Amino acid sequence: MIERTPILNAVTHTILGVGLIVMCFPLVIAFVAATLPYEAVIDVPMTLVPGSELLENAARAWERGDFATQGVNSVVMTLGILFGKIACASLTAFAICYFNFRFRMLAFWLIFITLMLPLEVRIVPTYEVAANALLPLQQLLEVLWLTDLVAWLAGIEVALEWNLLDTYWGLTLPLFASATATFLFRQFFLTIPEELAEAAKMDGAGPLRFFFQILLPLSKTNIAALSVIMFVFGWNQYLWPLLITTEPDMRTLVMGLENLIPSEDELPEWNVAMAGTLMVMLPPIVVVLVLQRWFVRGLLGGEK
Amino acid sequence: MIKRVLFRNRLLPYLLILPEVLIVFVFFYWPSAKALFWSLTLEPPFGGPAKWVGLDNFRELFGSAEYYESAGITLVFAFWTTAISMGLALLLAIFVDRVIRGLVVYRTVLMWPYAVAAPAAAVAFQFIFQPGVGFFAFLNDIWPGIWDPNIVGADAMLMVIIAASWKSITYNFIFFLAGLQAIPRTFVEAAALDGAGPVRRFVTIVFPLLSPTFFFLLVINVTDSFTEGFGIINVMTQGGPGGATNILVYKIYQDGFIGLDLSGSSAQSVVLMALVILLTFVQFKWIERRIHYAE
Repeated sequence: MIERTPILNAVTHTILGVGLIVMCFPLVIAFVAATLPYEAVIDVPMTLVPGSELLENAARAWERGDFATQGVNSVVMTLGILFGKIACASLTAFAICYFNFRFRMLAFWLIFITLMLPLEVRIVPTYEVAANALLPLQQLLEVLWLTDLVAWLAGIEVALEWNLLDTYWGLTLPLFASATATFLFRQFFLTIPEELAEAAKMDGAGPLRFFFQILLPLSKTNIAALSVIMFVFGWNQYLWPLLITTEPDMRTLVMGLENLIPSEDELPEWNVAMAGTLMVMLPPIVVVLVLQRWFVRGLLGGEK
Repeated sequence: MIKRVLFRNRLLPYLLILPEVLIVFVFFYWPSAKALFWSLTLEPPFGGPAKWVGLDNFRELFGSAEYYESAGITLVFAFWTTAISMGLALLLAIFVDRVIRGLVVYRTVLMWPYAVAAPAAAVAFQFIFQPGVGFFAFLNDIWPGIWDPNIVGADAMLMVIIAASWKSITYNFIFFLAGLQAIPRTFVEAAALDGAGPVRRFVTIVFPLLSPTFFFLLVINVTDSFTEGFGIINVMTQGGPGGATNILVYKIYQDGFIGLDLSGSSAQSVVLMALVILLTFVQFKWIERRIHYAE
């Protein structure tokens, strides 16, 4: 604060107070609704005093939304994406920083440019690939007439297929690639003193040993920051799981939430729906609040 | 950029980049190329090889009133979402930057919405905005029929704009606050000594120094509202009522995935891709400028 401005200070706290209320409003309403019995939640205007049925409503949402199955799917998907992204990104960044090879810059740009191709703009063809992840290879072989060659030589029809629909691989693998994470790791590796690699080489450590025993331990802070962002990203995935799962057993929590919204001809049990919503929201909120420092770092460092 | 001290190995670097490059090829470039291919062909309904039709799909697209309507809706959605969320985020960031006592509390409370999944926020907002129950239903008690997003298009639009703005305020807030805190205190103090009041200091010093952040966020927000409105719209309105919230991304999903019109949907994908690429280029330009600016 530069000068004494009591009026402005009062205004500041008033505006911020209003801001806090506005930002918390949806969560507060959802929370209050989740604690009310059915008769109270359909009252107009709805009371803002919490009731006592939170646990009952949560239990019913858990049952109705099949949260046990979906919860497992969500956890598997989130952790899968998290580890996959960090593994792929750190390996790629290591190769790009510590080796001089042909196509080095090409690989970097290939990955970086994917920032411009969000899933939302290529929905249908990506689905086609997910239905058969080996399709690109198959079609390349066909174009090169290699399939015909094999058929002629060996009498075998080449039909490569790897269906990712309704599998954990399908939920996670396509999201392993991350331009943001690769870029972050690269930026970080570039700041590491040259002497470390020199010393490691002098002591006879190979590249992989250097990577696993020196580079990765040094990247702990970065990995933590990235993990928070990626956890939120993974848990909140919506469009991709929506596309590639048809079996109810493979749904995730965020997708399943929709089923809790009362439809026209149902009892409007919004209390149950809100209890379910709260449960689905909670894990990433807890992660962000507990690991706040890493979260801000990861977000600002990545700039998407 | 590369390190000075390098490892030497013929095969290893290729193996290291292989996983990511393969995934990027199979799940990003292949589908994008496929979308381009489909947009230039027509798939015969009963199978058989695709027929090359040149730019016909695009001609049809730009000749359809429905498409322009959807584009118009997207513009309205993008404009208001960006304006509201950036405006409020800037306001909050400016005031949080002034605060000494309670900074941690304010910052923490303003941060958590980032973690909320868009569909989850959408479910909560849908309850709040129901015409018969929830928070805004009292409006209908006073003036019956004044609020019904299930039937009135404008109400539905307002509802999704509010939900989407709320969802993106946090992201903008964090960046604005970081930008404000990076401005050297001495500049502002010098201006204060020269007799400039808080408003004058903001207009002549703080905002110009913040403008790179501002433009960066502007592009990100517009791009995001083109693409990330999907979760909110799919949960809250499914593009309705009567197509009133049918933004371009949702139309691509509807036409391609539900309606199975590959060629038409792909042509739309290609147009949207071009838009996103264009915006991203603009953004890179700004990031570059910002770096020069900082030095």
